[in-house]
Amino acid sequence: MRYLPKSPADRAAMMQAIGIRSVDELFSPIPANVRLTRDLVIPRQMAESEIVDWFKQRAKENGEGYTSFLGAGAYSHYRPVVIDALVQRGEFLTSYTPYQAEFAQGTLQAIFEFQTMIAELTGMDLANASMYDGSTGAAEAVMMAVRVTGRHSAAIARSVHPEYREVLNTYATHQAIPQKLVSFADSGRIDLKELERAVSDDTACVLIQSPNFFGTVEDVEAIAEIAHKRGALLIVSIAEAASLGIVEPPRTADIVAMEAQSFGVPLGFGGPYCGVLATKEKFVRQMPGRLAGQTVDKNGKRGFVLTLATREQHIRREKATSNICTNQALVALMVNIFMTVYGKVGLRELAKQNLAKAAYAADQFSKHARVLFAGAPRFNEFVVETSEDPYAINSRLLGHKIVGGLPLKKFYPELGHTALWCCTELTTRSMIDTAVGLVAESERSVRSMQETAEHEVVR
Amino acid sequence: MSYPSDRKYTKEHEWITADGTIGITHHAQDSLGDIVFVELPKVGAEITAGKTFGTVESVKAVSDLYAPVSGTVTATNEALATAPEQVNKDAHGAWMVKINLKNPAELNALLSAADYEKFVSEEAGH
Amino acid sequence: MTKHMTRKATRHISQNEGLIFEKSSPGKAAWKLPPLDVPEVDTAKLLGKQERKDLGDMPEVSEIEIIRHFTRLSTWNYAIDLGMYPLGSCTMKYNPRVNEFVARIEGLANGHPYQAEKISQGALRIIRTLSDCLLEITGMDAITLQPAAGAQGELTGLLMVRAYHQSKGNARKKILIPDSAHGTNPATAATVGYAVENLKSNERGMVDVAALAAQMNEDVAALMVTNPNTLGVFEQEIAKIAELMHAKGGLLYMDGANMNALVAKARPGDFGVDVMHLNLHKTFSTPHGGGGPGSGPVAVKKVLAPFLPTPVLITKPDGTLGFEYNCPQSVGRVRAFYGNFGMFIRALAYIFANGPDGLRQTTEDAVLNANYIRKGLEGVYDLPYSTPSMHEVVFSDRLQSKKGVKTMDLAKRLIDYGFHPYTTAFPLIVPGALMIEPTESEPKEELDLFIEAMKSIAEEVEEDPQYVLDAPHNTRISRLDETAAARKPVLRWKPEGKAV
Repeated sequence: MRYLPKSPADRAAMMQAIGIRSVDELFSPIPANVRLTRDLVIPRQMAESEIVDWFKQRAKENGEGYTSFLGAGAYSHYRPVVIDALVQRGEFLTSYTPYQAEFAQGTLQAIFEFQTMIAELTGMDLANASMYDGSTGAAEAVMMAVRVTGRHSAAIARSVHPEYREVLNTYATHQAIPQKLVSFADSGRIDLKELERAVSDDTACVLIQSPNFFGTVEDVEAIAEIAHKRGALLIVSIAEAASLGIVEPPRTADIVAMEAQSFGVPLGFGGPYCGVLATKEKFVRQMPGRLAGQTVDKNGKRGFVLTLATREQHIRREKATSNICTNQALVALMVNIFMTVYGKVGLRELAKQNLAKAAYAADQFSKHARVLFAGAPRFNEFVVETSEDPYAINSRLLGHKIVGGLPLKKFYPELGHTALWCCTELTTRSMIDTAVGLVAESERSVRSMQETAEHEVVR
Repeated sequence: MSYPSDRKYTKEHEWITADGTIGITHHAQDSLGDIVFVELPKVGAEITAGKTFGTVESVKAVSDLYAPVSGTVTATNEALATAPEQVNKDAHGAWMVKINLKNPAELNALLSAADYEKFVSEEAGH
Repeated sequence: MTKHMTRKATRHISQNEGLIFEKSSPGKAAWKLPPLDVPEVDTAKLLGKQERKDLGDMPEVSEIEIIRHFTRLSTWNYAIDLGMYPLGSCTMKYNPRVNEFVARIEGLANGHPYQAEKISQGALRIIRTLSDCLLEITGMDAITLQPAAGAQGELTGLLMVRAYHQSKGNARKKILIPDSAHGTNPATAATVGYAVENLKSNERGMVDVAALAAQMNEDVAALMVTNPNTLGVFEQEIAKIAELMHAKGGLLYMDGANMNALVAKARPGDFGVDVMHLNLHKTFSTPHGGGGPGSGPVAVKKVLAPFLPTPVLITKPDGTLGFEYNCPQSVGRVRAFYGNFGMFIRALAYIFANGPDGLRQTTEDAVLNANYIRKGLEGVYDLPYSTPSMHEVVFSDRLQSKKGVKTMDLAKRLIDYGFHPYTTAFPLIVPGALMIEPTESEPKEELDLFIEAMKSIAEEVEEDPQYVLDAPHNTRISRLDETAAARKPVLRWKPEGKAV
């Protein structure tokens, strides 16, 4: 076996040193009746070339060369090649959690830089070293708000990513956190009047997403005012991190729960991604997740350590307040490198291109179909309503190697024939024009069918 | 270490004076090591004998603070928020909370300085 | 190295490197966007007061600076690629490079989680194949790959335990956990709303079956065991333990952290386990990456299958694969999308590279390595439990602490010898523990160097304990002031003169 570094002679010498004749003796603590005496029924040992071939075959079955208009919490942005060049360095790839700080300064300093940039971008005082993903990050933020306020219920916008809300439900069930769902208004933004009614003196937090699931930018300040007036915290979930280049960050929020996948993390069929929590300084001891902090060594030299470890679940044991015992260090490193590459100016220019592409696409779609929620600002996603079921349109688009927008009926039955479309800097004008053309065709054919039907009736 | 005889002690290593001032013992701070954070209840909070009312944290451990007796918190030592090291420097001076005793008779059940000292030395013997 | 010389490590030049912000200067850039092919937009008009004008202290640097910055940082880390990483219970094994290669194949790396199942069959086939392999390896009946890490796997497993009991009309009240357990076990039980009851280990370091029999009753939802346990000891009475649990309607949960001792040699499903999680980042070679991403699949017996998180992978009538979202008894979702798919690819590539024979040899080598170290250091370090070791061995600092040298001090000195420290101060039932797990990836030469280093350190403790207490001596920085870091946390950089 090519990963195993021992010759038969090595093994023999080691067994002799231990004083055994067969390696089976070492397994004698396992009762004989549960010892496996046959081969596992799994594929036979493969050569490296066979492994590569097998996975290339699977990639082919996945359909290659498609143009995609999908977003909805997983975004297709260009990944600078330096990211993979650097994260594949063995010193990053094959090191453990940096508990032994003297021997892990590289990882620790990188985390410190990551925390700084996330805090800066989100408009918060500080950020942690990352969470599993945006969905669990949002759920942990709600649990954190319950700890901070000593209150027990939460008001959740329906325009928060539906799968994030599902995860929150799973987490909240056994934490006894009742939730009030707050619907969206015609603008696509949260219904402020309904929110006002939903927030009470027992509300620990209001959870919104901005840009929300429909791509609409919320009026964070107005929402913060409603929450704060009753002593509740405001949690803002951000699924599309690239928006922070051009959209004002939620500075009035108390906690920001972000999914940073947009920053250099491959779509990868949904994971691994990179959640992160950012918050105000006063709440740091209630925040879950790892934190790197700056300190000095015996000689006064600057260095970094994991700190405030007593918040972490493996130390608190049954008094634990969160379910995170790790972070997403390597993915956070991708995010870190991406933020460094684009930096202060590039992130803004990148976000501007996203904004322009989505604005152009929405404009084109609106000539043939209805674009919903036009009244409020949006970033790089928008909702298009068609006469035909978007599933049917999408399966026709697939024939043109186009993956259309996400049909929303599954999550929002009342939205009927709508789909969520996304454009990023990678979406070309010709791709947009082709997709719009095909949707227009669908609209025309439905209309002419209707006209024919009306004509029949008249006759 | 000699323990001041102007107060009572618990087997959970807290001390309390007759007027309801509470802290942790020298022995407690010593076994915790460098204390980095003290979490205390708010003024007005009710605390119950034998129940936790806060935590002290060292770099890699969290320990509960147990109320020696029941009462209502009238003051907390806010200086500990920025200088938790005071507890290490002077455990018997660095008080944590002051309470209004609900039932002063509860004090009678607690250990005297001599009893506590004996308790600590027996505990160390194990 | 002024004291004992080491054969493994020598000092070499290491580059200094400041924070990236300290290199930043307006006008430098490492990016270039293509020309915009749609009309420019008026951002103020589109966003109004929501427009962001300034990105604050974000850096501005060039590409070469970025490459050097992160390359220099990387050289300050220790890594499996540099040598043995004997962290007990962490299974720091070789991370094969073909794993990384196949995970980056176009079409696998770029798949969108919401793209139509019709054009996701390759990804779904990977999930199915890995699921099948893991079920065969564990001897269980059904599996979810959704949990993002070991701790989330535990959470998922216990949520299912709770849902199972709930379906029988009584969720029950508590979870039994041996005192040797990892801290995440009680944490998870508490998160799911169960009380935690401690189970004492016997003098051999195993679950005390008599105590279990006494503590087991109809309030107990499950027992969480790690097997082999955190002492590296196989629970020899595991079948009896399972029987005791099942007799009173309880379930047996196994923390699969130490599965590297069992793969292809014994299957939890065959010794009575009802639900368990695996750590793909331990047993199945996906990289630790400096602390994540992990992946924590949960495998269960048939009775628990209805409670698996949604969605569940199914084969449709037409033979294609797809997800079923309508699972009325499911505990719900624990993560958006389907889990850490990139880790599934890597774990499957590892299983392919091994096959049945390779996996068996891997386990045998892992156990052989641990026992070779045990033999080499017995007598030099105190062995608190003489029960046979599987894949890891736990010593204590009892002998060295007489000179005032504790396990963490010994660990720091090991750094000077070119090794990453072992796991310190865990499990809790061994005061001053040295928990050593070499994994199968170490050649005999590396093990000999490690034994030599540990012996040498033990001698140093006798000759000059202060020297060991002051270690490490040869790293870029000496021991860091963790107390100051926790008392007055500095968690981000700020330009000079700007208030934190």
